[in-house]
Amino acid sequence: MQLGKNELMNEKILDNEAVIVIKGLKKSFDTLKVLDGIDFSLFKGENIAVLGRSGSGKSVLIKIISGLLKPDAGVVKVLGQEVDQLSLVELQALRMKIGFSFQNSALYDSMSVRGNLEFPLVRNKRDLSKTQVNNAIEEVLHEVGLSQAINQMPSELSGGQRKRIGIARTLILKPEIMLYDEPTAGLDPITSIEINNLILKVQQEYKTSSIIITHDLTCAKTTANKITMIQEGKFLTMGSFKEVFNTQDASLRSFYDYNFINDK
Amino acid sequence: MKTNTVKSKILDEQKYVISKKVDAFFTDIYNVYMFILRFFKEAFSPPFEFKEIINQCYLVGYKSLALISLTGFITGIVFTKQSRPSLSNFGATSWLPSLISIAIVKALAPLVTALIAAGKVGSNMGAELGSMKVTEQIDAMEVSATNPFKYLVVTRITAVTLMIPILVLYTGFVGMMGSYLNIHQTELTSFTAFFKSAFASITFLDIYASIFKAFCYGFTIGVAGCFQGYYAQNGTQGVGRAANSTVVLSMFLIFVEEMIIVQFVNAIR
Repeated sequence: MQLGKNELMNEKILDNEAVIVIKGLKKSFDTLKVLDGIDFSLFKGENIAVLGRSGSGKSVLIKIISGLLKPDAGVVKVLGQEVDQLSLVELQALRMKIGFSFQNSALYDSMSVRGNLEFPLVRNKRDLSKTQVNNAIEEVLHEVGLSQAINQMPSELSGGQRKRIGIARTLILKPEIMLYDEPTAGLDPITSIEINNLILKVQQEYKTSSIIITHDLTCAKTTANKITMIQEGKFLTMGSFKEVFNTQDASLRSFYDYNFINDK
Repeated sequence: MKTNTVKSKILDEQKYVISKKVDAFFTDIYNVYMFILRFFKEAFSPPFEFKEIINQCYLVGYKSLALISLTGFITGIVFTKQSRPSLSNFGATSWLPSLISIAIVKALAPLVTALIAAGKVGSNMGAELGSMKVTEQIDAMEVSATNPFKYLVVTRITAVTLMIPILVLYTGFVGMMGSYLNIHQTELTSFTAFFKSAFASITFLDIYASIFKAFCYGFTIGVAGCFQGYYAQNGTQGVGRAANSTVVLSMFLIFVEEMIIVQFVNAIR
């Protein structure tokens, strides 16, 4: 099917504004099809929440975007660069602009909080003085409200504090894109609200665009401009929380009814 | 007819399982080869992680000293005690220092040190990297635009390759001291006479060969530990498997290398 001139122009404009463009993305593990033709764009300053059941391929999606996994088919463009076509050096340069907050925080447990924050900074910006490094660490710790934890070990932190330090570790490189993998998983409701507020604060202060992988509808509603749901390797409808919430799609409704019963 | 079909189906399944295992074996060999190539590529390209190499040398070397000292010392004493009756039957106990030095320098010191290091250092590397892999810490390093291979793998393999030869020399010394104490106690041999007799039968080639072996063993332990850990899978079970297979694989390869190097040294002697 040939696109009309206007459609082509629209797509070009959208591509220019989009920080992430994904077309026809497919990924399988052996015989298991995880992603089966994903198409979407993330625009500058936008937060998209991707909902879905466990094992539906949500985390695989952001791992492909960050270059941790290779797609089987399709195009994944991040900040105009095709991720799976980049050399290691080019990929590392791109990764400096991508922050990845892991589900279990993935803090380096042999290093203190300071060590965790210092590690990516001193290896990527080797010309920084010790004072500049210290200032950067103090700044991000202040942003996430954990200045007092600077000398603590990850094992001494609570789940919520670990999430915050994980986010601080990505913020220290001042990323343009944030990828959050289950940011509120395993946290109590109050801590979840604090993390949701932190995601919004990061979006406003660091002008980031984010993909938030979650199955927590409160998190999706609070933090995202757009919501989508992944099922059987495909995105179901995408739109604002209200639009998606009012859908008549049975699988989406069952997900909502189960997860969001208290917020209705 | 039906029985034949079932038999042929079972045979096909068996063939499939065997061919999968053969595939996996050769894939593993290829992956290890690529891992070693990457090690050399990353080891000689900047930036270098000197601070972490020194930290790993401290962990591998200094932290193993107590165990190595005790084992080396006991090996020296036990080997002396076990050899004495056989030599005394021929009235040749004066040959004990030579026999002990040949055994310790040529075989016992490198082997004992390498086997202890495989158990202590290798399993530690496999478990540590394996646990970092399954808790996504290695992925976290990768997505923060750093090179986990250089920081975790290159530093560990370099440290263990450098430290094992030093530990081998130390084990040799401690083993000889253990032997001397035992001989001194029984035969009243002086320190000077013992070492004069001991070194009379040792050539530089023996010492060089031991140091060369130690480098090979260290490199083997490092590669086995880091490879198993870096590619660990399946959660905590995978971590245990990584630690275990590091020890088994390292020990097996150490004996294979010992055999090859001994043949090689004997050929050039």
